[in-house]
Amino acid sequence: MSFIHRAREARHIGKPVKRKEDPRLVTGRGLYVDDIKLPGMLYAAFVRSPYAHAKIKGIDVSKAQKIPGVVGVFTGNDLRGKIGPIPTGWMLTGADLKVPEWPAVAYDRVRFAGEIVAVVVAQDPYVARDAVDAVEVDYEPLPAVVRSEDAIKPGAPQLHEGVPNNVAFRWRLRGGDDFDEVARKAGRVIRQRMINQRLIPSAMEPRGAVAEYNRYTGELTMWITTQNPHVHRLFLSGILGIPENKIRVIAPDVGGGFGSKIPVYPLEAIVGRMAIELGRPVKYVETRRENFMGTIHGRDHVEDVEVAVDGEGNVHGIRVKTLANMGAYLSTAAPGVPTILFGTMLSGPYKIRSVDVDVIGVFTNTTPVDAYRGAGRPEATYILERVMDLVARELKLDPAEVRRRNMIPEAPYTAVTGLVYDSGKYLEVFERALKIADYEGWRRRQEEARKEGRLIGIGISSYIEMCGIAPSRIARATGFGMGLWESAIVRIHPSGKVTVFTGTSPHGQGEDIAFAQIVAEELGISPEDVEVVHGDTASVQFGLGTYGSRTTPVGGGAIALAARRVREKARKIAAALLEAREEDVMVEGSKFYVKGVPEKFVTLQQVALAAYTADKLPPGVEPGLEATVFYDPENFTFPYGTHIAVVEVDRETGAVKILRYVAVDDAGVIVNPMLAEGQVIGGALQGIAQALYEEAVYDASGNLLTAGFNDYLIPTAKEAPKIESYFYETPSPHNPLGVKGIGETSTIASTPAVVNAVLDALAHLDIRHIDMPLLPNKIYSALREKGVV
Amino acid sequence: MYPPRFSLIVPSTLDEALEILSKYGENAKVLAGGHSLIPLMKLRLASPKYIVYIGKLQGLSYIREEAGRIHIGALTTHATIESSDLLAKRNPLLSETASRIGDLQVRNMGTIGGSLAHADPAADYPAAMMALNAEIVAKSIRGERVIKASDFFKGPFTTALRSDELLVEVRIPALNGFFGTAYEKLVFRAMDFAIVGVAAMLEIDKTGTIVKAGVGLTGVGSTAVRAKGVEEELIGKPASIDTIVKASARASENLNPPSDIRASSEYRRAMAVVMTRRALSRALEAAKARMKGQG
Amino acid sequence: MEALEKVRITVKVNGKIYTHDIDPRLLLVHYIRDYLGLTGTHVGCDTSNCGACTVILNGKAVKSCTLYAFMADGGEILTVEGLEKDGKLHPIQEAFWENHALQCGFCTPGMIMTLYDFLSRNPRPTEEEVRRAIEGNLCRCTGYQNIVKAALWAAERMRGGGGDE
Repeated sequence: MSFIHRAREARHIGKPVKRKEDPRLVTGRGLYVDDIKLPGMLYAAFVRSPYAHAKIKGIDVSKAQKIPGVVGVFTGNDLRGKIGPIPTGWMLTGADLKVPEWPAVAYDRVRFAGEIVAVVVAQDPYVARDAVDAVEVDYEPLPAVVRSEDAIKPGAPQLHEGVPNNVAFRWRLRGGDDFDEVARKAGRVIRQRMINQRLIPSAMEPRGAVAEYNRYTGELTMWITTQNPHVHRLFLSGILGIPENKIRVIAPDVGGGFGSKIPVYPLEAIVGRMAIELGRPVKYVETRRENFMGTIHGRDHVEDVEVAVDGEGNVHGIRVKTLANMGAYLSTAAPGVPTILFGTMLSGPYKIRSVDVDVIGVFTNTTPVDAYRGAGRPEATYILERVMDLVARELKLDPAEVRRRNMIPEAPYTAVTGLVYDSGKYLEVFERALKIADYEGWRRRQEEARKEGRLIGIGISSYIEMCGIAPSRIARATGFGMGLWESAIVRIHPSGKVTVFTGTSPHGQGEDIAFAQIVAEELGISPEDVEVVHGDTASVQFGLGTYGSRTTPVGGGAIALAARRVREKARKIAAALLEAREEDVMVEGSKFYVKGVPEKFVTLQQVALAAYTADKLPPGVEPGLEATVFYDPENFTFPYGTHIAVVEVDRETGAVKILRYVAVDDAGVIVNPMLAEGQVIGGALQGIAQALYEEAVYDASGNLLTAGFNDYLIPTAKEAPKIESYFYETPSPHNPLGVKGIGETSTIASTPAVVNAVLDALAHLDIRHIDMPLLPNKIYSALREKGVV
Repeated sequence: MYPPRFSLIVPSTLDEALEILSKYGENAKVLAGGHSLIPLMKLRLASPKYIVYIGKLQGLSYIREEAGRIHIGALTTHATIESSDLLAKRNPLLSETASRIGDLQVRNMGTIGGSLAHADPAADYPAAMMALNAEIVAKSIRGERVIKASDFFKGPFTTALRSDELLVEVRIPALNGFFGTAYEKLVFRAMDFAIVGVAAMLEIDKTGTIVKAGVGLTGVGSTAVRAKGVEEELIGKPASIDTIVKASARASENLNPPSDIRASSEYRRAMAVVMTRRALSRALEAAKARMKGQG
Repeated sequence: MEALEKVRITVKVNGKIYTHDIDPRLLLVHYIRDYLGLTGTHVGCDTSNCGACTVILNGKAVKSCTLYAFMADGGEILTVEGLEKDGKLHPIQEAFWENHALQCGFCTPGMIMTLYDFLSRNPRPTEEEVRRAIEGNLCRCTGYQNIVKAALWAAERMRGGGGDE
């Protein structure tokens, strides 16, 4: 991990400290949902529709019921009054949003292949699976529609009552000057249609839940693969009709999420209800095939892009018409993803004066689509970065030069979309990235390679994204169902040791140590003396969870503020112990002393004990030493940076090899560079995977053809390039630590960097655009079309 | 992920195994390393009533040379074939092919007999079987049958094996003279089945003339095929890149590869030519190196 | 010859001998997780691709989701829980911790077990060889870079080197 520029000297914050959870995880002592085994536990399995669109005419469960070991079989009609529909949590405003009913278990009609139509519970998971095969469902297949473009055509199969033409919403954003006016003045309009293909998040741990119900107390305890246990509890309370305070949701170790474990699904509601109905603990964990069909997908946009550009390559305006495929139902955050998180980012780090976006959300007979790592920002960045290269191509300019001419030099900056970018040296970071990657050198090598018939390409991606979506009044104004603050308790125990309770719910990002570093920094103690608790609604105050790169900026911000508040109280107590006036007490590390007399001090540990013995507290100071903070940031944070990819294309096979990959990111203050670099590297491969390998493919009748890791091409170590990661720190003024968020930057940046590189390699062959994923056979077809092979 | 129920039969000798097969026939499936059958059962795409587990049978895992041929027991794992010293010297085509199957764990368990009997049209071994003109030995209580590779693969997941027969051995030539071999496998991602795989074997003589050639292709149709046109074009010709380029062009003759979500038929046809050329080029280099080393 | 509906197996797992009567269709991974309670071995897919279930069977890394438990009868199994010695992490485990080679940790046990087999056969691997060795283990978090780094670090440790680059 390399820093180009550091905002501050590293004490605790800024150091690569090893993670706390690793000894457990590397020895197999993690506890994931599937590892939980309770006495008398039963196993659920789901009968899922093989049809993408069908009427359910009847279900015969008699054979299944007779299988020894089967405890119960339930159809949609059995469960209709007992499990409410799955709600949407982002009621997008001003968009004529239609939210059709999403029954947890389908009872009259199925709308995507994989939708749950019956539930089997048995003593053994093998028997449960046998019983699934024995349930006979009489379907009347209906015509299905898979592509958003087809779904809005007249005469297309209609998915929902009261949703004409399958249109879920129409959302518009007009920012700055009128596009047509800008285009007229600029003199030139470049057009391109681009597909941002459907992806499958593919966290290595499938989703699942275990539920236990105590009918004497009325308490339902659930272990769920969730990124946001409190949100799950709140939703489940509504869906199951159980008071929120009678539900305990625990996120144990969670094996990755990437957005797919944010939503509330039928799965957890069904498992909870089964435990109540049967009076025994119930477990259900998806198989991978079920995960691919029943867990949300991401992206799936068709974009028609127009750019107004002048003869010098200055981009004045952008107009985008987007069809966003929402799948069959609206998942928890789905309406906000291709709109708020997408449209507002369409001026990026560039001085664009006019942004004009129309998004139509479309229902189709496919798995619901929701937030997948980056959520909206990758789609926006992909458009802009492809646009920059297309402009360069059209005007015969270097792609770096086009970006240079258009880039905002530095922040703060108010974009035409209304966003106020916080801080950053955009142009400088861009130039530094070019230098580190030896951009000019590669241009020369590219020239030489072309003479030998070799195809080398260089791709740039300069991005800006928004994290820590806040403050709550802004989130609420867009229709988001909850505020987007975060909570923290910092509790100093009588012995001086510290426990932090955070409302975020890390699931692999490793913030336990990052949070300990923050507290250590604020309180002058060692990170080893700080324990971090999250993921259990019984011990942690309400919080919003981990997604949207919000955990460190918003969750960490809350923790820093809570630690500061505790320190202020400690100072008051220290003053009493030192028999000094509070304003004369100085704090250095974990020591409090009277100004000018540093040798006479009390330690935080002594203060902590005094806070609980409580006999020497100053007047008006309560016993105990802890603080609770609900922190609502004043604004978003905006990480940005430039990624550069160099690739070589095999002109015979179309295979792409990444020769070099440089990432330069400004995510503000980096709390733990080891963790941050891990996010950059892992995120880059996920974005590269979109560029080169991954696509969820349906056939025309709505069967998912890529329903396993054998057909859905997650890259292996063999495909993964070496990622060179560099950080440039400009603290964000929008939060107490100056951090911006690093969880999604690389996924956002890497996709267009690689696509641009591949198309740059093919530029002299008159190949302008190929839609992702750039699999060898697609590149081959393009080469063939141009007569190259 | 949860296979269907079956009854298990574990014979302790080969004769017992053959008896069981003759008794249960179509109702029984033979299980060895499990890497072809178990994945199908986990997805419930196969539900045999009986499974005959031969994995522990003695004397079916070996690689030995007999009278100019290398005999490989059906239970020999891909990993054993990959690391065999005998094959490295006498027929590296098979060990290279084995090294490209699946991944490390799959190669540790999967067996050559199981893989061939499964007959996936994109599996790796069949290409080498074709290139090497291999023989596959099947046994039943009725006796032993030696089946030529070209007669063995009948279609996707279909072979010449009868329901009472057990594949017990594979025989390939021990290569002599100035030979060279190569297996070129085109995948879009490591560990996958081949988009196109080409196994090539060449032998040249002192004058630099190609005297023997074998080329087998996988992934290009319902079974692996032998590229007869390519072989014809090579034999008797000077061992040069020109010869190889010209011969490779015939690799797509009579091919009608499948189109699927990964690659079009057209792409596979084109890649058959490219991969054949690459395999032959590498085989030629190896043959020349052998000549240089010995001459 | 009898067709069995139940089968008795005896296996040695992490040095301890177990005997159970099981269904023939019970997969080895479920035997390890549910019968032995060793839940460090994970299930991440149903197509034998992801490698999260990798254990060592008779000295070799295998995907325990692609074996019936009875196939391990009489054999010796090592799972991730059995790697520590005298309360100390195995060098590969230590390497993963030291090099931030895991995030969510779900693929980690399988990765470690594959590398355990690989490094025992190839104590001085190149980066390329490491990448090839773990091609049957999918990771969605790390981009593999630190896993590869950890493998090389562990190899050096296991050869008796310092482990620091």
